[in-house]
Amino acid sequence: MNEEIIIAGFGGQGVLSMGQILCYSGVMQDKEVSWMPSYGPEMRGGTANCTAIISDEPISSPVLNAFDTAIVLNQPSMDKFEDAVKPGGLLIYEENGMTRKPRRTDINICSIAAYDESVKMKNTKVFNMIVIGGFLKVKPILDLENVIKGLKKVLPDRYHHLIPLNEEAIKKGMDLIKEENKLN
Amino acid sequence: MKGNEALAEAAIRAGADAYFGYPITPQSEIIEYLMAENPEELTGMVVLQAESEVAAINMVYGAAGCGKRAMTSSSSPGISLKQEGLSYIAGAELPCVLVNVVRAGPGLGTIQPSQSDYFQAVKGGGHGDYKLIVLAPATVQESVDYVKLAFDLAFKYRNPVMILSDGIIGQMMEKVELFEQQPRLTEEFEWATVGKKPNKDSVIVTSLQLQSEEQEKVNLRLQAKYREVEKNEVRYETHNCEDAEYLFTAFGSCARITRKAMEMAREKGIKVGLLRPQTLYPFPVDAFHQLAGQLKGILTVEMNAGQMVEDVKLAVNGQTKVEHFGRFGGMIPSPEEILNAMEQKIIGG
Repeated sequence: MNEEIIIAGFGGQGVLSMGQILCYSGVMQDKEVSWMPSYGPEMRGGTANCTAIISDEPISSPVLNAFDTAIVLNQPSMDKFEDAVKPGGLLIYEENGMTRKPRRTDINICSIAAYDESVKMKNTKVFNMIVIGGFLKVKPILDLENVIKGLKKVLPDRYHHLIPLNEEAIKKGMDLIKEENKLN
Repeated sequence: MKGNEALAEAAIRAGADAYFGYPITPQSEIIEYLMAENPEELTGMVVLQAESEVAAINMVYGAAGCGKRAMTSSSSPGISLKQEGLSYIAGAELPCVLVNVVRAGPGLGTIQPSQSDYFQAVKGGGHGDYKLIVLAPATVQESVDYVKLAFDLAFKYRNPVMILSDGIIGQMMEKVELFEQQPRLTEEFEWATVGKKPNKDSVIVTSLQLQSEEQEKVNLRLQAKYREVEKNEVRYETHNCEDAEYLFTAFGSCARITRKAMEMAREKGIKVGLLRPQTLYPFPVDAFHQLAGQLKGILTVEMNAGQMVEDVKLAVNGQTKVEHFGRFGGMIPSPEEILNAMEQKIIGG
């Protein structure tokens, strides 16, 4: 297994921490991992992205141009990374705030209304965990139990009481994700 | 762990006595981590934010003169500011460790990763005929391991050692195994200025020799030391070189991207190997020299306009074709681009 993921969105949507959670969860599941953030002008406002790689083998390049999965949370990110998905790969997008649908027909496409759900859950901060749940439903590369362990690593101790809420969010995401285009 | 944080933790664990630094992206996490960990309570290690890069390197000079394990870190523009102090430390033959998390230049440039400080690192950087020992980590694990190695080499040769990292290695997160906490130094070195003993001559730390005869002696001693370093401390890694007809060479983060390109080339049936220098000075001259005979060409891949390629050409000495492929300004080459360059410049060229 070698899963190369790009996660992109606005700063503040939890893009970087999503990548970190996936990677820490990968470590808990004895995988090789690498996480590379955009730390440039993006970090100082605007779009943010990170590359997360989870693999059975040691990882050569931490920086990539083509990805197995792109998770895009706003329109600029979809514009930038839709074409970077490998043929046969997966694109997950958040419905809220998108002005157009993806154009590609040679990839699997899923959408998720994570923001609306996080509002219903009365905590928009779990938005990114809903998306992670959706991703793990489509690509079950990590066990939920290890994701929870990974979360414990990423969250400072003072937030550990929020872990059950995050777990709930992941499960909600698993239910919410919708297939828009499925390749055979 | 994040590359910069892992490196900072390694400094504590290597038993460093002091860190003096000044923040600059993309290496500020080093000083941030050290400040937060406050190792003074654990090991007695001093961590200080200096008023400038120039002050930081001169604090290192002072601590090194006392025979202490001192370290500083910065990124490219800050490293330029440290060159005067570094030349003095090399001239005075003192040990210290310097980390450069390289960003693109010239000038203030951009905060994105680059390898454009290769020349500055391996050819001296400051004035005078001196050399730094230069280690180039390609993983977060190596960033950790090289801190310990750097202190060992610095004290073995009484010479400044630079860890030449870059924005990718500094900012990325990877699995890492940390070594055990090492004790701080208790040894009193005869060259260290720690107070004159009644039965001993004063120790003077200086890089000033007004007499040319004396200065030449210093230069000769330095050169003899560098020959020793070249004999003993060359480190490099090879992949798929046994049957290689073509060779990629790259260092640091770029070597990892290049390795991906090599894997892609192998899948296409092209017999390509990869040689990754881990020490940039001393450069693995013999390794290139020995491989050159079996090769139809070498492509050096660097995030600069062609710096290491000059050392590769010197090592190969005309035995085979050597070309360079680079992206710069903070742009990172993709594996596809690198493979394409190999096909265009070396195989088809």
